[in-house]
Amino acid sequence: MQNEKSTEEVALGIRRRVFEHSMRNNGGYLSQACSAAEQLAFLYNEALNLGQPTLPMIPRPFSGVPSADNPDYVTGAGYNGPFEAHFDRLFIAPAHYALVAYATLIEVGRMAPEGLEMFNKDGSSVEMIGAEHSPGMEVHNGTLGIGLSTAAGLAWGRKRLGETGEVCVFMSDGEVQEGQTWEAVQAAAHHGIDNLWALMDVNNQQCDGAMDSVMEVGDIATKLRDFGAVVVEIDAHDIDAMRQARAEPHEGRPLIILAHSSPTQGMEFLRRRFPRLHYVRFKSDEERAEMNHAIAAELGIDPIDYGQ
Amino acid sequence: MVEMVNRPYAGAFESYAVQRPEVLCLSADLTSSCEIDGFRDRHPEQFLSMGMAEQNMLSFAGGLGLAGFRPFIHTFGVFLYRRPYDQLMASVAYPRRKVRLMGFLPGITTPGGMTHQAIEDISIMRTIPNMTVLETGDATEVEGIVEAADSIDGPVYCRVLRGSVPRLFDSPLKVGEMRVLSQGTDVLVITAGITTEEAIRARGALDKAGVSVRHLHLNTLKPFDAAAIRDHAASVKHGVITLENHLVAGGIGSMTAEALAEAGLAKRLIRLGLQDTYAHGGSRPYLMRHYGLDAMALIRAIEALTGQQTGIDEEALEAVRVDAVHSAAKAEAL
Repeated sequence: MQNEKSTEEVALGIRRRVFEHSMRNNGGYLSQACSAAEQLAFLYNEALNLGQPTLPMIPRPFSGVPSADNPDYVTGAGYNGPFEAHFDRLFIAPAHYALVAYATLIEVGRMAPEGLEMFNKDGSSVEMIGAEHSPGMEVHNGTLGIGLSTAAGLAWGRKRLGETGEVCVFMSDGEVQEGQTWEAVQAAAHHGIDNLWALMDVNNQQCDGAMDSVMEVGDIATKLRDFGAVVVEIDAHDIDAMRQARAEPHEGRPLIILAHSSPTQGMEFLRRRFPRLHYVRFKSDEERAEMNHAIAAELGIDPIDYGQ
Repeated sequence: MVEMVNRPYAGAFESYAVQRPEVLCLSADLTSSCEIDGFRDRHPEQFLSMGMAEQNMLSFAGGLGLAGFRPFIHTFGVFLYRRPYDQLMASVAYPRRKVRLMGFLPGITTPGGMTHQAIEDISIMRTIPNMTVLETGDATEVEGIVEAADSIDGPVYCRVLRGSVPRLFDSPLKVGEMRVLSQGTDVLVITAGITTEEAIRARGALDKAGVSVRHLHLNTLKPFDAAAIRDHAASVKHGVITLENHLVAGGIGSMTAEALAEAGLAKRLIRLGLQDTYAHGGSRPYLMRHYGLDAMALIRAIEALTGQQTGIDEEALEAVRVDAVHSAAKAEAL
């Protein structure tokens, strides 16, 4: 698809959409938009080779789970384009970033804005925790730590089939607390799976708060290198650095880009909530109004009309 | 004397897989234990060593399935669902990947004790939507399990026998078709896996004692043919006995109970198997005796059901032993 916007514009659009949605729905995954906007914008707007969407701009309602009795079942991967040998594939491993991922689809013209109105509504496929059938999703990753393994298997298979398209995983740093992540890295290295790369949002945040207070994970870069990955560390809000990191040679090994991010980037008002940023709810009407005005100003938009 | 077949899985898998490049052989450090060491050595391009990392292996296999491959995962049954249950659900079962879960050493066929004995695998697997569950009961079924499993449009879990396996049947395993081994009218006996051999032995003595047994051998546990079970149960006088190498909860005993209840068929049911207990490490004959999974346990249950003593003792049972070689089997190595 042709890029109509710069990656910086897409990133700003993601923050604005997630902010607007959170204001109107009395809360949301705001900090994930802050930390990951440039990363998802980079993936969809320039890094990945994706075809035209194969699913309708306005998502269909939930149409059942996979079963022998549901032959028409499809995943949400069609929003990333068709499964052709030369196109890349993307897994959103932390499925609770779904709101940010949906906002990205809208910003890059792969989903209509109406899609976000269906977010977390009963009977909708635009689920709060991205499911297989949710726009832009291809596999279930809601239990954190399973995405990289699945991607490694898919990448091995694509390589065996001679496909030139690569497999990319958008990850979160909390996932390194799961043992499976390390199993996946060692397996990808052992089997020389180098058509696999990951972009990890290292925001030092998890559900209970700052990662160091929940479970210290040490030096992720060194650990990943020791397990066999090629690792590049960058500032998650520096898109040029992201481009350079993506170009890092990684023959015979998976590439993992650690994108060190700020969980309040672009919405510094959220610092008042630090370190409990996983899901931002408003404690009072006053706080909601104050946040509305302050963050809207930071994002360069008018305060959101949420029916106050 | 029943023919004993050595390592029937090894040859069956190799001859099937080599003709199908989309079939992959995965192992988690139990390659010779699952009889695929020869395949690994002769066909390394189709073999993936996944190490002792079952969680990754299950999700990785899901990814291979997504790419259009049909991975056969080889490990002990317990290692396919206890540790990697979440991965089994999310990466394999939900998306209906054509992953073939080959679970070796089912139930108490291993001396490895609690950590190695898959005693609740049927219970777990049959409650997973999209999953098919098969079980092998002799060398012929082991030889047929590869092709049968690969015919399933979705994931399938198989209880596979290894090592020296008796040949009881001369027709191949057909998914969904139970074997009617005898058509008696007094009691219905339902078995699967290694308990079928026990029931065949018991029948030899029961025939002489004048007890007419209707004996069904199941190799397809899900989908479960409840209608056939109901019809067979309706055709016997005294009731039904299930004998399984598994906990009585959740397995064949439970499935039979559900079938009878849903049909409104009031028949007594005795469920033989592990009775809400773990087993421990020991030889197969010892464990089958100790936990009441053997021919003598079945005979005692039939006496309880009919209210008649058969007069069958160990000596009488010994005289109809299916084979001497197998019953003398020592505890297998891991």
